[in-house]
Amino acid sequence: MTALASAKDTGTVEQTTSASPKRVIDIDNLSLTFETNDGPVHALADIDLKIDEGDFVSFIGPSGCGKTTLLRVIADLERPTAGSITVNGVSPEEARLNRAYGYVFQAAALYPWRTIAKNVALPLEIMGLPKAEQQDRIARNMDLVNLSGFEKKFPWQLSGGMQQRASIARALAVEPDLLLMDEPFGALDEIVRDHLNEQLLQLWAKTNKTVVFVTHSIPEAVFLSSKIVVLCPRPGRIYDVIDSDLPRERNLDIRETPEFLKIAHRVRDGLRAGHSYED
Amino acid sequence: MSIQTAAKRRIDMPALLAWFVVLMVIVGLFSPIFGPDYGVMDVPSLAVCLVILAIAGVRYELGFMRNLIGDLILGLVAATSAWLLVSTVSQHVGEAKLGFWALVVATWAASWLFVERLALWKSRSQSLARIVNLAIPAIFGITLLVLWQLVVTGAGVPKVLLPAPSEIWLRLINSVPTLWADFQQTFLKAVLAGYIIGCGSAFLIAILVDRVPFLRRGLLPIGNLVSALPIIGVAPIMVMWFGFDWPSKAAVVIIMTFFPMLVNTVAGLAASDAMQRDLMRTYASNYWQTLFKLRLPMAMPFIFNALKINSTLALIGAIVAEFFGTPIVGMGFRISTEVGRMNVDMVWAEIAVAALAGSLFYGAVALIERAVTFWHPSIRG
Repeated sequence: MTALASAKDTGTVEQTTSASPKRVIDIDNLSLTFETNDGPVHALADIDLKIDEGDFVSFIGPSGCGKTTLLRVIADLERPTAGSITVNGVSPEEARLNRAYGYVFQAAALYPWRTIAKNVALPLEIMGLPKAEQQDRIARNMDLVNLSGFEKKFPWQLSGGMQQRASIARALAVEPDLLLMDEPFGALDEIVRDHLNEQLLQLWAKTNKTVVFVTHSIPEAVFLSSKIVVLCPRPGRIYDVIDSDLPRERNLDIRETPEFLKIAHRVRDGLRAGHSYED
Repeated sequence: MSIQTAAKRRIDMPALLAWFVVLMVIVGLFSPIFGPDYGVMDVPSLAVCLVILAIAGVRYELGFMRNLIGDLILGLVAATSAWLLVSTVSQHVGEAKLGFWALVVATWAASWLFVERLALWKSRSQSLARIVNLAIPAIFGITLLVLWQLVVTGAGVPKVLLPAPSEIWLRLINSVPTLWADFQQTFLKAVLAGYIIGCGSAFLIAILVDRVPFLRRGLLPIGNLVSALPIIGVAPIMVMWFGFDWPSKAAVVIIMTFFPMLVNTVAGLAASDAMQRDLMRTYASNYWQTLFKLRLPMAMPFIFNALKINSTLALIGAIVAEFFGTPIVGMGFRISTEVGRMNVDMVWAEIAVAALAGSLFYGAVALIERAVTFWHPSIRG
């Protein structure tokens, strides 16, 4: 079963030698320990991970395995206590200051005093872009997430799914090459989730962005990813990295195919083995 | 089933009120209203009016004119009988007997009944609901004033204890120039200047306190201490420092308004949640951008809370401060001197002006709040 991924893989293991895609994230022996009153908590331990341009990488694992923390380390929202990490070849802090990534949070986190269009404009205002450019990007990205016509609505007037789409438009408006998404569809129902998954895949296929996606849904991870990272808790570490050989162009029907189910099975095995049921 | 029983258990207030009105009118019609042999029949218009009132009251229970017109008639007749009672009692000050009180109570109950009926119209349409929403507190206020008038004149309460609203009103319109001068001195100068300086400086210092952790530990306790100073003790000192004119009163207002504004603004600046701050961090937003685009908007509900509290505190502070030395003008000065001269109606006139000014001030701040924090769940509804 483990042979499946590596056998057909064309360019993940040896890609550094061939005409390789750019390395976007390079994590080496990284650890993160939180000092709490009850003693140290090892959130992440000995993480090694390389992510290349154009990858769609999912972090999957049970609660408390550190998948969100790892994403936050990449985004410079947490600092590692040991090891090294580079984003676009520089430190995460520099990458953040260069606005190298767009980050989508678990909740939409839209500002209720701003209309949807003004919410999408928020990062653009902070970047100090000219007004015309702002208008252009707002229109383009609202269209991309199918929210045209809702520019003047306030967040609380929209459904949860629409709010989350608006927050994706806001992250995309920065026009980053790297998109970091922390369980963005976790709070949505199955149908909306499927729909947004498809839209996200189309977007990825169209733009060749690098996406790092945190989820705890196996079908979602397998459906979206070109690479699946299975994490396990206490301490948070990588248990398995699965390179998916599913075609880049996919639709929801692929979830019924044997290839899909094989990968899903391997992910499930990894989750089960990595999860200690000691408590 | 359960809904029906619940409805049955509730007291049918309108019916109770209606029959109470009838009872009181009957008592009123058959007992003397002023003196031993002065019955209601000596004022025919009042008698007729009250009979109509009783009929209009119970019409709903008896099952005719159960509509808007019937309700309006009830309201109009209640107003007329109130006016007739007021005008008759003014010729018989302090002579009221059982019949008069019964009629007063009947009129009051009828106006209550009218408001009950009015509240039921609310559901019909949007614009009607708005009018009713304004009418209900207005009618309530007028009812209170009329009752005050009737009780004070009917029972002949001495003017020094409690003047009738009509006397206060007379005094008010006859001394507009004095009241206006007092209002200018106290409100337009001391209160507004003190309010703006107090709230403004507290706002700026709150931002400073928030930025510098050392100040949070150093300045907040001092602010707390200053706010705990008794205004009665501070006011004379301020008069010694800043003289008799309005600046000393403005200083008292500053001391009173500073702390609520400081504490609320500091709390408001901390109101944004972690995810919102992380969001700004991912945009590499600097301190000022985060302040203006996230933290200040988030703090607005807190800030407006302080501004509303301070709008009434400021007026109290300025009036009290004038008790401790002032030129011969000002609302607090007028109140303290007119009380000494037993001109209680003038005191009440000043109180009325202060109440009106305070309410309008508060209302203005609340209106601005609605416009600024339209997005807050407490306002968007």
